Amino acid sequence: MPVADLEFPRSSMFERLAKPKPMLILFAIMWVPLTLYVMFGLDDVVLLPAIPATIALYFICLWAFRESTVALVGLSLVFFWLIMAVSAPYLPLLDPNKPIAPFATPWTEKKETFFVLGSDFKGRDLLSRMIWGCQRVLIWGVSATAVAYVVGTVFGLIAGYLSGWWDEVISFISNVFLSFPVMVLFIVVLNYLGPSGFNIVIAVTFASAPAIMRIVRGLTLDIKTRDYVFAAQTRGEHPLYIMLVELLPNVRGPLIVDACLRLGYTTVAITTLTFLGLGLQPPDPDWGLMIRESARVAMLWKFSYMLLVPALSVSSLILGFNLLADGLREISLRD
Amino acid sequence: MTKFLLKRILQMILIMLTASFILFVIFDTPEFKKRLAVQELGGFAVSALTDASYESWLEKKGLNVPFYERYSNWIGAVVKGDFGFSQEKNREVGPLLWDKLKKTGILAFWVFALMIPLSLVLGVLAGMKEGSLQDRSVSFISVFFTSIPEIATAILLTVFLALGLGLVPAKSAMISGFDWKALVLPVLTLVIYDFGYVARMTRASMAEVMTSQYIRTAILKGLPYRRVIMKHALRNALIAPFTIIVLQLNWLLSGVVVVEVFFEYDGFGKLLLEAALFPDIEVVQACTLVAVLVAVLSQIISDIGYTFLNPRIRFS
Repeated sequence: MPVADLEFPRSSMFERLAKPKPMLILFAIMWVPLTLYVMFGLDDVVLLPAIPATIALYFICLWAFRESTVALVGLSLVFFWLIMAVSAPYLPLLDPNKPIAPFATPWTEKKETFFVLGSDFKGRDLLSRMIWGCQRVLIWGVSATAVAYVVGTVFGLIAGYLSGWWDEVISFISNVFLSFPVMVLFIVVLNYLGPSGFNIVIAVTFASAPAIMRIVRGLTLDIKTRDYVFAAQTRGEHPLYIMLVELLPNVRGPLIVDACLRLGYTTVAITTLTFLGLGLQPPDPDWGLMIRESARVAMLWKFSYMLLVPALSVSSLILGFNLLADGLREISLRD
Repeated sequence: MTKFLLKRILQMILIMLTASFILFVIFDTPEFKKRLAVQELGGFAVSALTDASYESWLEKKGLNVPFYERYSNWIGAVVKGDFGFSQEKNREVGPLLWDKLKKTGILAFWVFALMIPLSLVLGVLAGMKEGSLQDRSVSFISVFFTSIPEIATAILLTVFLALGLGLVPAKSAMISGFDWKALVLPVLTLVIYDFGYVARMTRASMAEVMTSQYIRTAILKGLPYRRVIMKHALRNALIAPFTIIVLQLNWLLSGVVVVEVFFEYDGFGKLLLEAALFPDIEVVQACTLVAVLVAVLSQIISDIGYTFLNPRIRFS
């Protein structure tokens, strides 16, 4: 029988990639409304389907990571803020932007309003600012990390799989960006583009994508000599198919752990940049802004709660991401 | 070795050229020139300026020539050791930068002096017995402290040590001369943020060494455990942390911005941020050059150090 007549079983790339995955669907139901709500200011109603999706996702993840206590603690911290973010408009909170009574200390009543965590120097309720503040950090942090991952992974796959000139050029460019200290890069990029959420995404991409590209490139170089890649090459698959269907799913494991760590870094970066005046802009509540605005006023023991509230909130979120990364690594090493 | 060094230095110069060129292109846009004019003449005066007088202001400042011309002039000057003039601080950039770098240097010295022993001891203690209680607690402490961002550490330390107990001043501007007490909070903030990472890396390296054959041989030979650790394990286990500690120098240069701004410590990081916001282009350029220089030099030092410390590479 001539070789050309042999029939290889080939499935289309779309079929292989578009298998429905319940966790991804739930994630989309949670994430898309939240993004639309925060980035484009849609109505409160869009968040209604996100609340049950977030809670369902939390329980599914709890079951999936039940082997590792560390991962469960991290997961709970992250999901605490996620649930707060999607349900903020429906919680019985005061208006986060309305000045009521300035300098009310925690757990006191002032002007017929009870302040659980006190109020800031403009008289806005700190509890509601704390809860509303997590929305913007989460949305911009995750979006920025996601964009950086897409860019980094695409270039990493190209550099690793195609090698040669592609690799040389991509590696040199990433080396240029990697030798800038991160903060210098952030300051220069944001100063050029102007402070805003979308520009933070661009700045984070410039800072993180080269590092992600290096990781993906290394993993690809390791994997591309495996038999299943040769098999695909022998079948005559397009390089794009090999990169997306054969290589990408197999570099996923280490990347997920790295993504959790990087989410933490990005959250730190956004809070820090906002504190420096290069990030998100007032008046909407945000942890970095809360620190920035109170840093000049609250330099007294009595009023230090204004700084402690945002500082502890951001620390707990980042601790959640880091513990989750640690737990995931533990689980992946056990298998 | 010389070939390797030459290659790295050449690469460094290439990166510096690319970086400074990109910066020049960025700061050449009309908005940045306008911002500079607003800073110098005041917003009202600029809006009242006619186009012709704005042009003459640009000409007086030497900003109307194309950026590649200014770039080549600037490179010529930098090669001769002249870093230009700071519009904001009204001073030569060279001495200004040197002043601020010395201040950040003092900060960095104390950070390393505290961070290195602390993280090495913790890392070695954890890596000695993988999976033991002390390993788990050290690992948890390191994750916990690296998870608290610098800005939060700075706030917590200020609130409790300065505002609550009144032990140290809350701000480190040091207007009336140098003050050791004012250095405590910035140094502690950086140490607390950084030691966890180095401790975890030391732990990983120590744990790997402890599983190697020669350690098992030494233990089976009946050597006291203390001697196995001190004489056999430590030497090999400390090679990897050395490179990581040197690379922390690069991290410190960006980590220092937040700390210096929060505590109003007058160093390199604060200078960089102020210059970028002004926009004081020649200061930003000089700062970037210094930052890239430190980044690449620390990479070279860590590479060379690694080959010298590791006999397996040195003798091959």
